[in-house]
Amino acid sequence: MNPHQDEPIYLPTAFHSRQQQHNLLHAWGGWNGYLKPEAYTDIELEYFAIRSTTAVFDLSPMNKYRVTGPDAEAFLNRVLTRDVAKIKNGRVGYCIWCDDAGQVMDDGTLFHLGDNDYRLCSYTRAYEWLYWSSLGFDVAIEDETGTVAALAVQGPTSCTVLTAMGVTGLESLKPFGILEVSFQGQTLTVSRTGFTGDLGYELWIDTSAGEALWDALFAAGEPYLIKAIGTEALEIARIEAGFLQAGVDFVPAETAVRRGCTRSPFELGLGWLVDFDKPRFNGRKALLAERDAGSRYRYVMLDVDGNKPAHHSFILQHGKVVGTVTSAAWCPTAKTNLAFAQLELPADASLTGLVAEIYYERELRWNKVLAPCVAIDRAPFDPPRRRQTPAPAL
Amino acid sequence: MLCFQRQSNSVNEYDAIVIGAGHNGLTNAAYLARAGLKVAVLERNPYIGGATVSRELHEGWTYSNCSYVCSLLRPEIARDLELPRHGLQVVPYGGGVTFMQNGDIFGKYPEPERRYREMQRHSRRDADAWQRYAADTMKQTRLIRPFLMKRPPNPTSLRPGRLRELAEYGAAFGEMGEAGLADTMRFWTKSVADYLEEFFETDVIKAHLAGSGIIGTALGVYSPGTAYVLLHHYMGDVDGNVGSWGFARGGMGAVSGALAAALQSYGGEIISDADVGNIMVSGGKVTGVALRDGREFRSKIVVSNLDAKRTFLDLMDEGDLPQTVVQRARNFKIRGSSGKLNIALDGLPTFNGLDKKSRLMVGDFHFHDSLPRLERAYDDWKNETWSKDPYLDLLIPSLFDPTVAPPGKHMMTVFVQYAPPKINGREWTDEDKAGFEKSVLDQISNYSPDFRDLIVHCETRTPRELENEVGLTEGNIFQGELTFDQLLFNRPFPGYAQYRGPVKGMYMCGSATHPGGGVMAAPGANAAREILADLREPNVVPEGYADD
Ligand SMILES: Cc1cc2nc3c(=O)[nH]c(=O)nc-3n(C[C@H](O)[C@H](O)[C@H](O)COP(=O)(O)OP(=O)(O)OC[C@H]3O[C@@H](n4cnc5c(N)ncnc54)[C@H](O)[C@@H]3O)c2cc1C
Repeated sequence: MNPHQDEPIYLPTAFHSRQQQHNLLHAWGGWNGYLKPEAYTDIELEYFAIRSTTAVFDLSPMNKYRVTGPDAEAFLNRVLTRDVAKIKNGRVGYCIWCDDAGQVMDDGTLFHLGDNDYRLCSYTRAYEWLYWSSLGFDVAIEDETGTVAALAVQGPTSCTVLTAMGVTGLESLKPFGILEVSFQGQTLTVSRTGFTGDLGYELWIDTSAGEALWDALFAAGEPYLIKAIGTEALEIARIEAGFLQAGVDFVPAETAVRRGCTRSPFELGLGWLVDFDKPRFNGRKALLAERDAGSRYRYVMLDVDGNKPAHHSFILQHGKVVGTVTSAAWCPTAKTNLAFAQLELPADASLTGLVAEIYYERELRWNKVLAPCVAIDRAPFDPPRRRQTPAPAL
Repeated sequence: MLCFQRQSNSVNEYDAIVIGAGHNGLTNAAYLARAGLKVAVLERNPYIGGATVSRELHEGWTYSNCSYVCSLLRPEIARDLELPRHGLQVVPYGGGVTFMQNGDIFGKYPEPERRYREMQRHSRRDADAWQRYAADTMKQTRLIRPFLMKRPPNPTSLRPGRLRELAEYGAAFGEMGEAGLADTMRFWTKSVADYLEEFFETDVIKAHLAGSGIIGTALGVYSPGTAYVLLHHYMGDVDGNVGSWGFARGGMGAVSGALAAALQSYGGEIISDADVGNIMVSGGKVTGVALRDGREFRSKIVVSNLDAKRTFLDLMDEGDLPQTVVQRARNFKIRGSSGKLNIALDGLPTFNGLDKKSRLMVGDFHFHDSLPRLERAYDDWKNETWSKDPYLDLLIPSLFDPTVAPPGKHMMTVFVQYAPPKINGREWTDEDKAGFEKSVLDQISNYSPDFRDLIVHCETRTPRELENEVGLTEGNIFQGELTFDQLLFNRPFPGYAQYRGPVKGMYMCGSATHPGGGVMAAPGANAAREILADLREPNVVPEGYADD
């Protein structure tokens, strides 16, 4: 047996050689054991590629589990809180899953790829959890994280770029729809999904075809000002679109150490994903009890006065701390100062008089502002093109 | 000229005498001296440190003769006694390898990414289970850590202050919730094997992690109580990284050396070659100690750094003690189970299946790839002989620390489990010791073809040497088993867990007291706090840092 050689700490993804050419900042970080660009050239320009042209983000490191077999739907219905039967073949559903205590383990997307054939994408490593939940079901679970490469192609010209690359039938693809096309002899799966709240698609292909896909995409996209973007730009876009990030806006239950630091779906504003009509799913009993007894925390989206992002701020009400901010950003397109906060308030409590205690520094001078906040129901960025079918061209 | 001649016995008169210059005795004395007491530490050996010691037995090589890695040392004490200024530096290390009989290895990388992929190579499920395991051990660790720098409560006392202490413990458990409490009760009473089976399926991964559950303990991986021993190895930290371990630069003697320097900076004295034979008692009070060579030292406070058996059964007259104390000291579980080899090497050995440049070379090496094999190593202990297939915790500190071996040469520290206190009911002989040594060298040679040829010098310590040279009864490295019946308010035994002995002025400060063995310094510091309280002196011993 050959001596054990150390691998690099972070592995390259299928697109690494191409990313290297674009990554003028050499700003690499790690994501789930893979190298990921944090930014390529300029975070602001990358952000605006999402909102005004086409942005390309490598999401290969995301955990991907293929679930197949006669009991696939029944099994997924046991794991996920929503009714999987309602996610039809060729459709994608946003979903969450809980432990038996009704605490959110993760959120992710479920792709219904074919009969008894699903792909679950998750932030946490869920293979072991899925395994234990699968006992008693006739299913096979395969970890596809290292074998399926994925690119998010997002922005107002994304449909045009992909069409120019040769993807046919894209105009009629509805949000959360899936399309399969052939790309240089490989199956290319295109879904109208994303983490930006904009018109956009995600491309899924065998890792062997990664570089060819990147090249074709950038060749087709050049006239439409396609741009590779890193996690920093994406972070602004996802806040602006009102999307939660596991590990940032909640602590995945399995990794939690301190009691009380996890959250239920209700406490994250995700009660709509819990379907009590299903007779059985992980956490159902605890969630029923919580629905009746009320939740301890409450998730709110806040429009914060002024232009100072409320990073890690305390939220006060009538001078008393009632919560903290988990994510915050100045949203460049919506021109809003947005914050996600978890408040220790009952569901029926009034949300008037909320104030964010914001600290910021300018040339070593620390300033404090008490910024009034207004709770809002919808994310400030929600363009019609996100939902339009056929998708607009520009 | 008027010449004032001090009487000889007044020279030997102290406010407090500490028997034993182990790291706990030194810590205890340092705090008493800092509080203004005139303190002497009496040490039997010509050198200090007890089981926290570095010695140069072969020119150019410095061994950590007993303890070899540092994590438990309370940061509150290190900072408070200015140990860094007195020369202590602890450099963290990480990772480990288990060499397998089939030629493969399991490499536990310190970085999560490589650890994940290496675990995945052995089992996809186990790789994921790690996050569950890490969270669970951290939960258990967080429960015990706040109590390290506190005396244990006395559950039999109904005095309000005492009840408050008990309530603090109760609250900590309450904080875990019902399910958490049930988990904790199970955790404290279960075997390390059962605990690991809840998370992992792969033999080598379980075996790799199980080692911390049996180190220094006369129990097997399937014996109830060993899950706690694992926790005892996870509850320390290096610079706040809970569970991390490090090397003391210059060997573990650097810890005792820094403590001794702190003690001396407060005016305390260390007297070596002072073998205490008796704690003198008169009228139910301590009056001092007598050395075996006849010298006497007078003091109203005598603190023993020795284990409970030596303290009560050797150094005290049984007639001076309550009968229960005699009984309990006799029954105190202090079974030796470990040995140690310290090896000077002419170069870096080659290990099968591992590149010499691998990150894993600076980790701890093990050679047991399944739990049943570990259990069989314990079977030998029960059969009163050393393990023929010994469990080893092997490190090469010279890869980190340039001071412990000449340039290009190396020093290897090999902790060995199991070695019984007696061989077939009789004392160890030199032949036994040679046989023990051979079983260890063979184990290493099985995985390292050039290892034997590189040996320049080897120090071998069986329980006999640990007992005779270090003063650890039966060679038990923790001064008493770390089982639940001997922890917290039961350490060393009920009614005497708050560092006070049964005779006025007599105290205990060694690893036989809460929170137990390891290079932690907490027993010594906690005991000093109690002594100062009894003397109505202001407390100078720090509180524990809070975990948040
Ligand atoms: C082989 C081995 C490996 C270990 N590895 C580790 C490790 O890696 N990390 C870790 O944290 N812990 C380790 N430990 C445990 C740790 O070293 C001990 O728990 C700790 O050092 C004990 O310290 P102590 O001060 O309580 O007692 P001791 O170190 O036992 O000190 C007692 C002192 O009293 C002296 N003495 C005894 N009798 C008399 C007498 N009659 N008169 C005067 N003096 C006397 C002794 O000489 C000794 O100096 C190890 C222990 C051993 C033996």
